Amino acid sequence: MAIKDLSAQLNVDAQAAKFGLWRRLHLDAPLLLGLLTLCSFGLLVVYSAGDQDIEIVERQLVRLILAFSLMIAIAQVPPRLLRQWSLALYVFGVLMLFAVLLFGTIGKGAQRWLDLGVIRFQPSELLKLAVPMAVAWLLSLRPLPPRPGWILTAIILTLIPVLLIAKQPDLGTSLLVLSAGALVLFMAGLSWIMIAGLGAVIAAIAPVVWMLMHDYQRARIFTFLNPESDPLGTGYHIIQSQIAIGSGGLYGKGWLNGTQSHLEFLPERHTDFIFAVIGEEFGFAGIVILLALYLFIIGRGLVIAVRSTDSYGRTLAGGLTLVFFVYIFVNTGMVTGLLPVVGVPLPLISYGGTSMVTLLIGFGMIMGVETHKKAAPT
Amino acid sequence: MRLTSLEERQREQRLVTNRALVAGAVVIAGLLLLCVRLLHLQVDRHEHFSVLSMENRVKIQPVPPTRGLIYDAKGVLLADNHPTFALEITIEKVEDLAATIDDLAKIIPIEASDRARFERLKRQRMRFQSVPIRLNLSHKEVARFAVNSYRFPGVDVRAELIRTYPFAEATAHVLGYVGRINEREMSQIDTSNYAGTHFIGKGGLEKAHEDVLHGKVGYQQVEVNARGRILRTLESTPPTSGQDIFLSLDMTLQQAAIDALGDRRGAVVAIDPRDGSVLAMVSKPSYDPNRFVEGISGKEYNALLHSIDKPLFDRAARGQYPPGSTVKPFIGLGGLATGVTTAHKTVYCSGAFSLPGQSHRFRCWRKGGHGTVDLEKSIIESCDVYFYSLANQMGIDRLHSFLSQFGFGSRTGIDVAGELAGLLPSREWKQRVRKQTWYPGETLIVGIGQGSFLATPLQLAVATATIANRGRLIVPRLARASRFPGAATETPFPVISRQINVGNSRYWDQVIAAMTQVVESPRGTAKRIRSPEYRIAGKTGTSQVFTLGQKQTYNAAKTPERMRDHALFVAFAPVEAPRIAVAVLVENGGHGGSDAAPVARRVMDVYLGSKSPLPPDEATDGD
Repeated sequence: MAIKDLSAQLNVDAQAAKFGLWRRLHLDAPLLLGLLTLCSFGLLVVYSAGDQDIEIVERQLVRLILAFSLMIAIAQVPPRLLRQWSLALYVFGVLMLFAVLLFGTIGKGAQRWLDLGVIRFQPSELLKLAVPMAVAWLLSLRPLPPRPGWILTAIILTLIPVLLIAKQPDLGTSLLVLSAGALVLFMAGLSWIMIAGLGAVIAAIAPVVWMLMHDYQRARIFTFLNPESDPLGTGYHIIQSQIAIGSGGLYGKGWLNGTQSHLEFLPERHTDFIFAVIGEEFGFAGIVILLALYLFIIGRGLVIAVRSTDSYGRTLAGGLTLVFFVYIFVNTGMVTGLLPVVGVPLPLISYGGTSMVTLLIGFGMIMGVETHKKAAPT
Repeated sequence: MRLTSLEERQREQRLVTNRALVAGAVVIAGLLLLCVRLLHLQVDRHEHFSVLSMENRVKIQPVPPTRGLIYDAKGVLLADNHPTFALEITIEKVEDLAATIDDLAKIIPIEASDRARFERLKRQRMRFQSVPIRLNLSHKEVARFAVNSYRFPGVDVRAELIRTYPFAEATAHVLGYVGRINEREMSQIDTSNYAGTHFIGKGGLEKAHEDVLHGKVGYQQVEVNARGRILRTLESTPPTSGQDIFLSLDMTLQQAAIDALGDRRGAVVAIDPRDGSVLAMVSKPSYDPNRFVEGISGKEYNALLHSIDKPLFDRAARGQYPPGSTVKPFIGLGGLATGVTTAHKTVYCSGAFSLPGQSHRFRCWRKGGHGTVDLEKSIIESCDVYFYSLANQMGIDRLHSFLSQFGFGSRTGIDVAGELAGLLPSREWKQRVRKQTWYPGETLIVGIGQGSFLATPLQLAVATATIANRGRLIVPRLARASRFPGAATETPFPVISRQINVGNSRYWDQVIAAMTQVVESPRGTAKRIRSPEYRIAGKTGTSQVFTLGQKQTYNAAKTPERMRDHALFVAFAPVEAPRIAVAVLVENGGHGGSDAAPVARRVMDVYLGSKSPLPPDEATDGD
């Protein structure tokens, strides 16, 4: 009897220890595994796309380590605290955006950076997290689904930074921030009638946005519709990236063997157009594996959202996960010629640190939502 | 945290689950759509793209156009493209890079800064591309390298066209200069058309006519091997060179104006009133634009930027000064046109003017006063009290609308980038900018061209040309015509003009007669510049740098030089059939009649071919 009890007891302890370790570290094992696999794959591709320059890979690795550390650190913060900081972070971010418009430094023709002497800081990146946090906080003040007044407030909260970022001008980031706010609203149960109504409003103001666009932004849409019209500019990017992907075929030309990439026909091949390198070197099969990996991460994020016990955690985790998908879709759509050229990197693969840090901090928050739950209510 | 009922919680749980399922479905649909697209590219059209990728040994390269040249009115070259030579190294062809550079340094000087630039550029380029180790080789250095070139496989001399300005300082503010395209400019230009271009107009005429001067990019299709090196050129669309521009500016006159100003700081603008051609446009001191083309050193730039003489500042088109008494003919004309006064109506000048019921005394420059003056006498002797009284009667609204017609307060539209608009004060302006109501006293100050009233020397020249033209205002322009290199015909730039109506053409005669007497009358403020060969109409002016208190008197000798008044003079000649209108500004120069007017006379002499000498300097007072 006693032995049986003991062994049962031990069995329970072992199980608790197995799940408890991750729980105590506040990390979500499936998500972590998915992200690590994805980033390792990314390093391989960056090595090939960066003309086998090991320095580029080293720099990317340093950034990855930094970004993963930040993710782990953020995962330790209980969502309850994140919720309390949401509004303050949002207000801070919007003030920084005003500061950029007033004192920002110019890079690539747009005013995005704030020079703080020691480091240069891109406040619009902060808003990619602050906007979904603020909207999730706002909607968690009342039971879901939100009433029209709250929806309107959430929309205004989203549009202020979106317009400020669009003015820099940075169309890519402003679209991502807009979708972050919108997707949190969606997860919070915005009614289908409202969604249809907002869609109609957007269709109505689209011509106005067209009028306010910069010439180069309009030119991008024109070249999207007719790439051959601008063979030296953006049209060239689209034509060359389609040749790269198409010539990859089912199984690709093999790692380090992409001719398009290595003969410099493919522009921005280690940053925004890295998806074309994957298509050329790993073929359709490689891309399907990559997309499956992405799907796994998104699926896990949505499961975490559903399993969360409070509305802040649910909407934030769901919203951030779906923004990750928007990233993927906008980038791959652009590279395959489904969408116009918008400067959005392929998440966790493209060379560069800014978006990687933001994305992994977001995943840190999602992990926090999963691992800081109190015992589920019975 | 908000307390929720169990029912609410369950409802939320269902809602979020529902949404997650819908989102999941959308994500899967999106990824499937992507897969369909990829199947289309990678399976259906794989053959097509494979062929394209195999044939993608052909690269398109931009061929930059040659920038148009700039000539003066007589065909003198003002902006040239000068071939320069750079020494370049192709890394993969060189075995020991460090040793090669050290060997090169033995025959051609290579500075530490050259090595630094080489290291920086090397990282940005492919191994088969060449990287410059030295720029701007002299012909001697090119020759010295040519003799030794057999020792340096992989090192070549490459030619590039660099803009040069032979007259350097003399045309700096007018022409501006070209420089390397920066990021801000990158966002504003058609990047395809500038694909091979390194330089862009940064100011002056070079910037204003950038589209005409630049030309259109060409392309060449080149075949590259598997390592990307160019094997041969297959097909090329040659670039269209930029158009040459012919100016109305006359270098002889420009130089004469520069000499006439001498060491003084100031500006001279000369315009042909018949068609708005700018004949000379000078701002002193100046700078050497050639230093900016290849990129000026930070130290040198800072020295120019912070010099107390402001050599970079274009005083002619960007210098905004109170126009002083030079506006009196315009205000007199306004009085006639609006019917506020007539040529014969008189005012008694006791040396000061006060508004009814106010103690503030608005002083005339002549302490004892001018006595009884009519319009003509008040212009000849530049009586302030007459114009205080006239401005007061007209009121600021009528003054503003009449003077605006002559272009005060707005840009003239000259083809020089960066021109400023000056400031013609109005009720609306004061409310908007200063958030204050207009005071009647300010109207008086506008009447003598002081206070917040600002005009550029260019605006004064255009307005004076308009009087010479009896109301036809012509937009000034430097570029007369453009022409494609080798083409037979020129394309003239359009002449844009508008007519100012004053109601009666006699009014023009009366004001021009008064301006003529400014030079010809023994009491005139510019009597010193009277010419025996042709007749001049003019007006002197003094532009106050700082405002005197009620009890203070201005004493040039006791005032620090930089605080002294600016001297102004506007004129046109010959009076009967005007061919030149001039505005002169001498910073801290004292009096319009003694300091600015002789400069104008010298310029007009040169233009009209007169050789009679100027009478010697004598003490002149007046405003």
